[in-house]
Amino acid sequence: MTVHTFQQTPRQTRRTARVTQTAAAALLAVVASASPLFAQAPAKTYAIENARIVTLAGAPIENGTLVIVDGKIAAVGAGVAVPAGAERIDGKGLQIYPGFFDAATQLGLTEVGAVRATVDTNELGDYNPQLVAAMAVHPASDHIPVARANGITHAMTVPGTSGVIAGQASVIALNGWTVEEMLIAPSAGMIVNWPQLATSTFDFTTFSQRSRPFTEVKAEYDKKIADLTEWIARARRYQQAVDTAAATTPRDLKLEAMLPVIKGERPLIISANRERAIRDALKFCEEQKLRVVIYGGDEARKVKDLLAKQKVPVILGPTLTMPSDDDEPYDSPFTLPSDLHKAGIKVALATFNSADSRTLPYETGNAVAYGLPHEEGLKAISLYPAQIFGLDKQLGTIETGKIANVIVTSGDPLELTTEVKYLFIKGQLTSLDNKHQRSYETWRSRPRPTGTTRTTASK
Amino acid sequence: MTHTQTLTRRSRRALRVRRTLTGAAIVGLAGFGSPASAQDSRAASGGATLIQDATVLTVTNGTIQKGSVLIRDGKIAAVGTNVSAPAGAKVIDAAGKFVMPGIIDCHSHIAVEGGVNEGSVSVSSMVGIEDVVDPEDPDIYRGLAGGVTTANVLHGSANAIGGKNQVIKLRWGKDAKGLVFEDALPGIKFALGENPKRSNLSGVAGASGRYPGTRMGVIDTIRQAFVDAREYKREWDDYRARAAKNDKTAITPRRDLKLEPLVEVLEGKRLVHAHSYRADEILQLLRVAEEFNFRIATLQHVLEGYRVADEIAKHGAGASTFSDWWAYKMEAYEAIPYNAALMTERGVLVSINSDSAEEHRHLNQEAAKAIRYGGMSPDEALKLVTINPARQLRIDKRVGSIEVGKDADLVIYDKHPLSVYAIPQTVFVDGTVYFDRQQDLANRARLAEEKQTLKDTEKKGTAGKEKDSKPPTTPQTTPGQTTGPKESHE
Repeated sequence: MTVHTFQQTPRQTRRTARVTQTAAAALLAVVASASPLFAQAPAKTYAIENARIVTLAGAPIENGTLVIVDGKIAAVGAGVAVPAGAERIDGKGLQIYPGFFDAATQLGLTEVGAVRATVDTNELGDYNPQLVAAMAVHPASDHIPVARANGITHAMTVPGTSGVIAGQASVIALNGWTVEEMLIAPSAGMIVNWPQLATSTFDFTTFSQRSRPFTEVKAEYDKKIADLTEWIARARRYQQAVDTAAATTPRDLKLEAMLPVIKGERPLIISANRERAIRDALKFCEEQKLRVVIYGGDEARKVKDLLAKQKVPVILGPTLTMPSDDDEPYDSPFTLPSDLHKAGIKVALATFNSADSRTLPYETGNAVAYGLPHEEGLKAISLYPAQIFGLDKQLGTIETGKIANVIVTSGDPLELTTEVKYLFIKGQLTSLDNKHQRSYETWRSRPRPTGTTRTTASK
Repeated sequence: MTHTQTLTRRSRRALRVRRTLTGAAIVGLAGFGSPASAQDSRAASGGATLIQDATVLTVTNGTIQKGSVLIRDGKIAAVGTNVSAPAGAKVIDAAGKFVMPGIIDCHSHIAVEGGVNEGSVSVSSMVGIEDVVDPEDPDIYRGLAGGVTTANVLHGSANAIGGKNQVIKLRWGKDAKGLVFEDALPGIKFALGENPKRSNLSGVAGASGRYPGTRMGVIDTIRQAFVDAREYKREWDDYRARAAKNDKTAITPRRDLKLEPLVEVLEGKRLVHAHSYRADEILQLLRVAEEFNFRIATLQHVLEGYRVADEIAKHGAGASTFSDWWAYKMEAYEAIPYNAALMTERGVLVSINSDSAEEHRHLNQEAAKAIRYGGMSPDEALKLVTINPARQLRIDKRVGSIEVGKDADLVIYDKHPLSVYAIPQTVFVDGTVYFDRQQDLANRARLAEEKQTLKDTEKKGTAGKEKDSKPPTTPQTTPGQTTGPKESHE
């Protein structure tokens, strides 16, 4: 009980702090006018004029106008008429891009990594296809507005890194009073953590390496693959039973959740990093005739021909990581997106994180520095993940009829110093206010305590 | 003091920790093989070198367009628009490129053999990184490739008073002694909050079986250690005074290797680098230091430093923080990316550090974030990873800016180093090229060939020897995935 009370304290404090911050409150008021009763809000029309519009569906439009009506992109181009009653935003000197899509995160599922009470990412058990990430998304997570402030408008949130079948990943918009208002796709695919064949693992309880014989590890691996195969077979038998005798077939939530996968309606999103894991996963899905997306993909370069041939998309983790091996080129993770792109593989970039989701543009910028064409970098965090999850009719580019998830920036959105000036989610002008900027404003206004003028910098 | 001089690479399996989905870590084993040879990637540069026609970011004296930097005997011999190459000098045409001082990372754990935490005791001031410097850690080369030339290699944060640190230069290819930054003042690590409490190991105070288990206990541990150190110093002062007067009854006090470094702290001969997060614990530490009349040299991480910036400035401590990490543990939940800018505004000497062999590789980018968060000027932002950490480590007479007489520790970038698109091209330490991107690229085919030859030889050597031969360990080794703290060791 004591623990419970303790953990609620910071939240209560934050709530109080929010009210006392006048600047923040003013900002909130602006947004509030745009977003109460989010989904049911009366149609609101916006026109952003004189901006450079990078649609990712053709050449950029200079001095263009973007019209948003009723949550959708109504018109885009140079010389587009502004509808009567539209709220006009002068975009002179500004640039418009599709909002960024972080293709693998844990947004909404975790607040403070080390505090288990705030973490809902990993369930017990190895086979949990029935779990849906969106069921645990906390719409008031402070991570969400922080990510938003850097142009992330929607994200796939992933239910787990433990177990084999970890559950269903959900695509959420980063705004909404409830998770229902946030949802774009409750189930984008089934997360599978490909079993690892690791003879040596790190044990955090003793902070040391733990080694096991290869034969033991291999037997364990084979068992898990056999189990996974059996899960697919059971799902097929279940489908047969339901198709032939729905009324008398007892309902099984786990097998029911597998049906879209075996029908090919949704992909397995398989976490695999090492070359052999990727090869084994691809072989498995080919044999089982299942759709597959690889995520992780540290060594995807070694499998690039096969990935390209089988047209398997890859969701890569942060560009800014270390090489897997001591003797790899130092820039190997930096050049990976570019190398996969050159091989003809569809690559989406993701942060695989929650608190760090805001770094998505920078991770992408680094991939561009090391060879990925700039436009491909932008597409890797907008259009391509939308295509991978079958959402490209609604998201990913600035085209008439799509959901108006767009950002207006001061410059190249992949640059470290660029600011997001306006952000629209589902056509709503959405606040860029967040915990960090509020805290900054609060503490920046702390009066200087008396007697704290600086004496000397050092001895 | 002795330095480990590793002659042959041990079968050391370096821990690689990096950020993952859980904000936690993937820990894997580093693979086989040796890093790219230092000799290959380092061109000898006897005599003078002139870097010509670059945009020179001096950091302390503004930016020089179409400027040149002359290097002689490892030092910067001339800087300006009107510098000509002496006879026989090597000339590097850097037109369109940018030259800045080598990056200084004020918090690193690279180049350490084995673990960085002597975590069995709450005061471990008797141990030091100086004894475990590993010159063959490939992270040194990777750091160089990210423009880093100097690193403050610290003990971990498992104890209220940790071990001694070692400032190194990234002279890849030299032995352990050769890495040591010669004139750097010695220092020591302190740590406050969750790590010395060991709270993320167990969640229950004292469950680790080691005092302290609370912030009260942490500050008490530090205070008690300095009570002991002061007493120990008094014994020695008394003894020396009596010995100076030829007092034959004076008995030499017994040496205490734990208290000796703390006496050096009291005497201002050893810098304190204090790992800290929350504003309250920061303030408590400053007050204890003031009680014993010494000054904290740097508060490390200092994520809530923006809340007590005035007090930090008044005490005179430097602050070395992360650019934008937050929320990986409770004491990091109030971290804000505006921390560097806000503390600077309040008069604190601020640097941005990595605490990670990965973050270490792009500290220029981390500095640029202070422009985005808090509106720092580009010049001020560059200082966060150059002259400011140099001042914090008291090595600013040698490094941290492009000035005549300073060490020629320089980085040539293809674009402005505060841009996400900038890539270090050439890195000098003491006027010698220790990293050159073109050379690195050119070496890759040969290294791949060499590796293949070694693998083939190994295969031949083991073929047919044993029937039920165990599979070779390396190819079967894949990284284990698990969860844990975000930072490897802080």
